[in-house]
Amino acid sequence: MANLLRTIQLALKSLMLHKLRSGLTMLGIVFGVFSVIAMLAIGEGASQQAQQQVLKLGATNIIVRSVKPPRENASQQNQNQFVLRYGLKRADYDLLSRTIPTVLEAVPIRELSKACRYLHREMNCRVVGCTPEYVDMNHLSLAQGRFISDKDRRDKTNVAVLAAGTADQLFQYADPLGQSVKIADKRYTIVGVTRSREASAAIGGSMSGQEYNNDIYIPLETMRVRMGDLDIDRRQGSFSAEEVELNQITLKISETDQVMPTADVIRESLKQNHKTDSDYSVVVPQELLKQAAQIRVIFNVVLGSIAAISLVVGGIGIMNIMLATVTERTREIGIRRALGAKQQDITMQFLTETIVLSGSGGLIGVGLGLLTPYAFAGMKWVAEEFFFKGQAASEFGTMFANMYPQVVPTSLPLAFGISVGIGVIFGLYPARSAARLDPIEALRHE
Amino acid sequence: MDLAAEVINIQKDYLLGTVLVRALRGVTVQFPKGDFVAIMGSSGSGKSTLLNLLGALDRPTRGQYIIGGKDVSGMTDDDLSAIRNELIGFIFQSYNLIPQYTVLENIEVPLHYRTGYPKIGQKERKWIETLAEMVGLSDRMDHRPFQLSGGQQQRVAIARALVNNPEIILADEPTGNLDSATEHEIMEMLLRLNREGRTIIMVTHEPGVAKLAKRQIYMKDGVVAGEGVFPG
Repeated sequence: MANLLRTIQLALKSLMLHKLRSGLTMLGIVFGVFSVIAMLAIGEGASQQAQQQVLKLGATNIIVRSVKPPRENASQQNQNQFVLRYGLKRADYDLLSRTIPTVLEAVPIRELSKACRYLHREMNCRVVGCTPEYVDMNHLSLAQGRFISDKDRRDKTNVAVLAAGTADQLFQYADPLGQSVKIADKRYTIVGVTRSREASAAIGGSMSGQEYNNDIYIPLETMRVRMGDLDIDRRQGSFSAEEVELNQITLKISETDQVMPTADVIRESLKQNHKTDSDYSVVVPQELLKQAAQIRVIFNVVLGSIAAISLVVGGIGIMNIMLATVTERTREIGIRRALGAKQQDITMQFLTETIVLSGSGGLIGVGLGLLTPYAFAGMKWVAEEFFFKGQAASEFGTMFANMYPQVVPTSLPLAFGISVGIGVIFGLYPARSAARLDPIEALRHE
Repeated sequence: MDLAAEVINIQKDYLLGTVLVRALRGVTVQFPKGDFVAIMGSSGSGKSTLLNLLGALDRPTRGQYIIGGKDVSGMTDDDLSAIRNELIGFIFQSYNLIPQYTVLENIEVPLHYRTGYPKIGQKERKWIETLAEMVGLSDRMDHRPFQLSGGQQQRVAIARALVNNPEIILADEPTGNLDSATEHEIMEMLLRLNREGRTIIMVTHEPGVAKLAKRQIYMKDGVVAGEGVFPG
């Protein structure tokens, strides 16, 4: 142990003789290690971002949504019908909520896009017919008033809860509570306003990202009575009518590990009420999480390997310098051999020098790596301040803007270990060639 | 007679390209304990080859080299290193100090390569300082070689040669790079060591220096041509 310590001291001494050279050589490893940690941190940040978006859908939730069937099918089935009938039915809701024991809650919703107005202000809202459980299921919270109650459902009252964005647009500075909003020629009394919430992830195809900020919530039963299942859209020169009973059923499952089996049961159950499975889809956030995890592994491997290449380049730099050092110090090697150093002593001496060089480079790299999140934040700030000033976030690239690199704890010892390993691999050859020098020749070397 | 070292009919062949060079063609010399031998000869006479063999830096092609009662001729590289470390002290013409080390650290170097790598403790440090004082460098112990004169550097080398208490001291032209005043000083030091009982083998081509030794060996064409300062 004492011997090892001495060897390291000795190596430091020799390296300090050429501070600039040692420093420059070390830089290769410093940047290699830094980029490994930074790349993994960025990968981790990106995947966590995706993961969090999926988690917002709820890890124990299963979402069944109505899907408008593709045109070809629709025209065959409903050749002579004006009205396109598709999607989830109230019977599906009864079936799922009553027959599957692992389903704790089932929240049916019906959504329609309607123009809503207050005084002279009008906007297009997503009118959501829902039940009281909707709040918790979607992690919404109320800023003012209350949400829809069971009594509202029973009595089919004309009450509405506004999302934050809707309240802002329609009422601006006025207090919306107790006022009424006009939706499809009917008036609804506002009983509550929700806090604003970030949009959920877009999950491709069946589920686009949901923005919760243009919503108006009314009791599901009220919606059925006032608006019906039929949604007729008349525009200049076109007419379309759709009949949909429910747009979405969100199911809360009792336990996390029951989610996947229950999803299978749900898929089977729904077949009873539907001729095809093209008019609904079952979205399981947990499945998406799994996919996200797989993507993350691929992401990490690719980014990690790119960074590893720079480590190898650093290693080659070290080897180059060590070979030069051996030549330069041939005489010293000869002296040491004459004074009794064995080949292995010389090997150890030069190997230790290389490892000390790459190892301290590794340590500095780890230190820099820890600063990745701050460096990234700085980069973002510069980009926002000087290049994209005043431009909308979408133009700037939301992916970049929403990314927060997270240093993966295991990447620190990993990157450091690799740097030491590189020292060993690339140091071995110069050290061995130093040890194999003929002592007589080495002593004569000028 | 108690022998420090002995070479018996030692031969050394080299391959220089495809040509076989017979550098030593059977040299037999005995070095009794306490001897001070000067080996002389023109370049190409084989005196450097003999010195390399005596220094266990090389193995003879044929013949025996016995030092400290051990036959070195068939030893492995590691064993030769141990022999150099324990039984031989080197003094070179160009001093051969390690430039990044201080005087004390330079004297210490052979201690790092002792068999079994024993710890360098207080006792050893004391010994190194004693040696530094002995060669008259007690006020320069933390200097580096480039801060020292040639004579001072050679004195560091002498202290280093003594640190492991070797059987023989091998000096290769120890005064070759020095002016005559310093030469005198170094030779005085070697003579003093010899008087204290150390065996010294010195290679030189300066008759004035060789004359100071107890006996002289003159080499020519790979054999011992005679003894005495002036051959034949």
